[in-house]
Amino acid sequence: MTDATNTQGETIATSTQRDLGLKKRYSKERRFQALGITAIILGVLFLVMLFLSIVTKGYSAFQQTKIHLDLYLNAELIDPSGNRDISTIQMPIRYNKVLERAVSKAVGLDPNDKATRKQQRVAKSLLSKGASVDLRDLVVENPDLIGTRIDYWALADGDIDSFVKGQIPRDIPETQRLVKDAQIAYIDQLVEDGAMEKQFNTNLFVNGPSSRPESAGIAVAVMGSIFMMLIVLVLALPIGVAASIYLEEFAPKNRWTDLIEVNINNLAAVPSIVFGLLGLAVFINFAGLPRSASLVGGLVLTLMTLPTIIIATRSALKAVPPSIREAALGVGASKTQAIFHHVLPLATPGILTGTIIGLAQALGETAPLLMIGMVAFIKDFPTTPLDPATALPVQIYMWSGEAQRAFTERTSAAILILLAFLALMNISAVLLRRRFERRW
Amino acid sequence: MQDTNPNLKQDSDIRSNPIKMSGEKVTVHYGAKQALFDVDLKIEENQVTSLIGPSGCGKSTFLRCLNRMNDTIDICRVGGKIMLDSTDIYNADVDVVELRARVGMVFQKANPFPKSIFENVAYGPRIHGLCRTKAEMDEVVVTSLQKAGLFEEIKDRLDEPGTGLSGGQQQRLCIARAIAVSPEVILMDEPCSALDPIATAKVEELIDELRENYTIVIVTHSMQQAARVSQRTAFFHMGNLVEEGPTDHIFTNPKDKRTQDYITGRFG
Amino acid sequence: MSPLWLLVAIIVFALVGAVLGRNRAVSCVNGNIATLHSRPGYYGSYVLIWTALPAIFYMVAILVAQPFYNSSVIDTELRTGYTQSCDLSLARIEGDADAETPAICEDKEQYETLDTRRALMRSVVESVAIGVSLLDEDTAAKLHNGLVAVRPTLKSVGVALAEDVPGAVVDAANRLNEVNATGNMVLIAGVVLLVILGFVLSYLRVKPRLRARNLVESNIKVALVLASSIAILTTVGIVLSMLFEAIHFFSQVHPFNFFFGTEWDPRFTSAGREGGGEGSFGLIPLLWGTLYISFVALLVAVPIGMFAAIYMAEYANNSVRAIAKPLLEILAGIPTIVYGFFALVTVGPFLHDAGAAIGLNISATSVLTAGFVMGIMLIPFISSLSDDIITAVPQSLRDGSLGLGATKSETIKKVILPAALPGIVGSVLLAASRAIGETMIVVMAAGIAANLTANPFEAVTTVTVKIVSQLTGDLEFNSPQTLVAFALGITLFVITLGLNIFALHIVRKYREQYD
Repeated sequence: MTDATNTQGETIATSTQRDLGLKKRYSKERRFQALGITAIILGVLFLVMLFLSIVTKGYSAFQQTKIHLDLYLNAELIDPSGNRDISTIQMPIRYNKVLERAVSKAVGLDPNDKATRKQQRVAKSLLSKGASVDLRDLVVENPDLIGTRIDYWALADGDIDSFVKGQIPRDIPETQRLVKDAQIAYIDQLVEDGAMEKQFNTNLFVNGPSSRPESAGIAVAVMGSIFMMLIVLVLALPIGVAASIYLEEFAPKNRWTDLIEVNINNLAAVPSIVFGLLGLAVFINFAGLPRSASLVGGLVLTLMTLPTIIIATRSALKAVPPSIREAALGVGASKTQAIFHHVLPLATPGILTGTIIGLAQALGETAPLLMIGMVAFIKDFPTTPLDPATALPVQIYMWSGEAQRAFTERTSAAILILLAFLALMNISAVLLRRRFERRW
Repeated sequence: MQDTNPNLKQDSDIRSNPIKMSGEKVTVHYGAKQALFDVDLKIEENQVTSLIGPSGCGKSTFLRCLNRMNDTIDICRVGGKIMLDSTDIYNADVDVVELRARVGMVFQKANPFPKSIFENVAYGPRIHGLCRTKAEMDEVVVTSLQKAGLFEEIKDRLDEPGTGLSGGQQQRLCIARAIAVSPEVILMDEPCSALDPIATAKVEELIDELRENYTIVIVTHSMQQAARVSQRTAFFHMGNLVEEGPTDHIFTNPKDKRTQDYITGRFG
Repeated sequence: MSPLWLLVAIIVFALVGAVLGRNRAVSCVNGNIATLHSRPGYYGSYVLIWTALPAIFYMVAILVAQPFYNSSVIDTELRTGYTQSCDLSLARIEGDADAETPAICEDKEQYETLDTRRALMRSVVESVAIGVSLLDEDTAAKLHNGLVAVRPTLKSVGVALAEDVPGAVVDAANRLNEVNATGNMVLIAGVVLLVILGFVLSYLRVKPRLRARNLVESNIKVALVLASSIAILTTVGIVLSMLFEAIHFFSQVHPFNFFFGTEWDPRFTSAGREGGGEGSFGLIPLLWGTLYISFVALLVAVPIGMFAAIYMAEYANNSVRAIAKPLLEILAGIPTIVYGFFALVTVGPFLHDAGAAIGLNISATSVLTAGFVMGIMLIPFISSLSDDIITAVPQSLRDGSLGLGATKSETIKKVILPAALPGIVGSVLLAASRAIGETMIVVMAAGIAANLTANPFEAVTTVTVKIVSQLTGDLEFNSPQTLVAFALGITLFVITLGLNIFALHIVRKYREQYD
């Protein structure tokens, strides 16, 4: 069958050389591999595009254009009665005049000159309509300021802000442009004087929602999210761990536990919006809990997170070798003692990792919260879980529906903040796993 | 069980057959751990060579070097030369697909594909494009199954899944699958370790018949099996080739103390 | 005392009881704790459980029952109130043939026939009751006797009412306050009784021979069983609540019109009225949109996910795997709202412009946009599940094929993938179920018009979008417009549940095959 003629350098055999179609097969092989690489590159590319799109749209929202004003807090305008009565000085309208005069001066107009009223109105339009509220808050806190002269950075209007950030181009025709030529002239003048500049946007972090993008913030929504995460943690962790311990350590193998098992796996894959419907029907309509309350949101998210925690906890418990249980039982511990004293502590890193991942999922969840009325304009910080609240992803959803350019930017920024939270949670889960992972 | 003809094993130290494959100073590393140390072994054509030795001695590792199955393990590095006829199979220009079409392999655990019996056997010829027509393919499948001594038992069930056969039948199916490619050398990695004695006997009988057309290298745990089926035996110990020679010499008159200890059952 | 403080009080008392119980156990044996049956802590826990649990259960029971009792009280009170006032007004106009029906009698009529009206009045009574409880005694008495107007009086204590209310409501509110006060009394008295009883009885039972550990442990076990049945309860809750509301819906809209209707336009019917315009609650266009978008999504995700999984499982070396795998998995961790926003502001406009450049009219919200972005979201589901499944194919099959001289891709295509097929089908089905149930992406990127179109460049809508749009905004709860959301919800639940059970079954069977 073989009779090799021994010339060096030949490919393997000579007499048995068969046509195996190698060339074609190898080019197929290469094509196949190329497909695999392409798939991975595409996947990563989509990820990069997603991040790039959000970062490029959102990073500018961390800055906000402000206008420097030399502000005289005229006591006659703010507090004509002179007795610092809170109900008088807390009316924002009283501060409008103060700001108007100051901004006119800033662009070089005489506030008392009636002839320049039109220009003065243009100058005033540079300011945010929320500027008077901000100034009011400042004065109400320090009534002594009345009658003094202060350096003040006032919020610029949202569209002006977008223009300064270059998001509204100069070269489109004025009729289609949100910022008019007259305003641009003043903007250029103020920027040149150093009286208009971009500063860190604290409003984004400390304010609640607002119809004016320049004063809108995520703080109220974050508060709601924090409430819900606490509720989820307090409820889902103990219930999930208890359920897993029962299923993994005590449950007899029978139909009932099979049913629970199938159930949990399926619950993990039930669409989140169905949990929202459950919350609406059971917690709000049946149990009569208030709509929009973070308690209801927390309960719904708890039910959603439970399967994740149970699945993670069970695999953590499974990973603890039976020898540990036997060792404890061997020295006379009861089964419960063996589990609570030995197995559970060893499974803790796995349980915590699963919990953090479950919480991260819950934090990003939007759809079920829409069902229970959390999509609402809520300006006040919730102080109890029964107060109306909203959540960070819901806030993102609401902002994404706003048309203004400045809101798109803030939506992206809010997404960046949400993603930062999620990254933090996931990274800590990974670190936790790395640090405490034990191989048996 | 003892039905193989002992008269077959008459080879003396003088080699009566041409050399089909040979290893020269073969070393294998798994990561930092060295598994084979400078193994020199010649494999004669149309003979059954068995590799024996205690677990972890490197016999399977050596076997897997012969058709470069070790390539599939990322951390494995092979050094030295392994010649098939006149070519070093570890040369850069040697094609591993072509090599494996010439040096087939049967594994420890029968591993039929989850397909029909027919498809299992037809797989090799099909990927290599060895058969032009359906009729040709049918013929190859039938002859291979016949050579593997399986055809009579299963001729009515060619469409049934190969995984449904008994253990011994599965292993013979795997042998048929290897034969279908018409290799020159067949490597067998403990082919009977998962089989019962009757199935083992059948496979051993088959190996003896296959010797006529193929060069066979078999790794085995069982010294009786080595004695029954092989003409030449190589004893491995701790990654070294300790001794090699005609099977009856190794079993009756081992030169090395370690071989002797192993054969007499001191360790292993 | 609010329930929360009551709970805190119970727990504090129980903790004190636990310390006492533990000390009693220790002093019983003069400090020689080895002679106790259980460790002293268990005696403490035993007392704790018996002190706290009965009281807490009682408290929960009362708190759950109270609202039901309250609403029945309000109902009786309002009915009698309305009847009396109505009779009175009727008597006043008796004989006057021209007189219109008094307003109060219309109210009565409405109250007795409309569920929504009853629900509204109940909440009015509740807020009036809160208002009344805030008034000082004098004003409250005046209000009771009808000497002052209700609305301004209540506004002075911060309770705003939409309209002035009849005297019957004030009476009901007063009655409600009485009932609440009684309820509170019953609650507190019962709790105190149970706490003391539980403590005394369990404290007295603390003896060295008491098998405290076993008793405590059996309680723990009961708690564990209860916790694990929450999963079942959730499913039961989902099914029952949605079924209940859906049946309510089907009593107003015929199931045939829902399941086979091809037109979706819920506006044709008006709140609280009988039936609806034929076919205006048709499920078909929504289902079509859902399936179409899911199909496009799978068209994107399956090839990319599969090839990525194959490459990572079979070709990639460790360092490539260590980078690519987590990167792809990041895609799974991104909230869907972010994908929705990405579709809305980036992909939609991009596809629109790209379409315009080659003369296609792609609307910004379209099947393509939503499907494409959803496909990106699904890539990691497909890739990580397939990766698991491909790696689960035993090495021996690979060896068998490679040993015959097959190339890697031949081995993958002809041996590994066929062997892994059931598992892969399972993972694709799981991804499909996720696509069908996905909400935020389609809410933001698919559109709201119920179109029965095959054109991927047009907007369609989905089941989930309609659930959201029917339930956000101020709709009356008992109208078919709102209830249809539950019919849609249960349809969605049944579809995804079916897919999940089937897929998980396949995957499990597949795993067992190679275990």
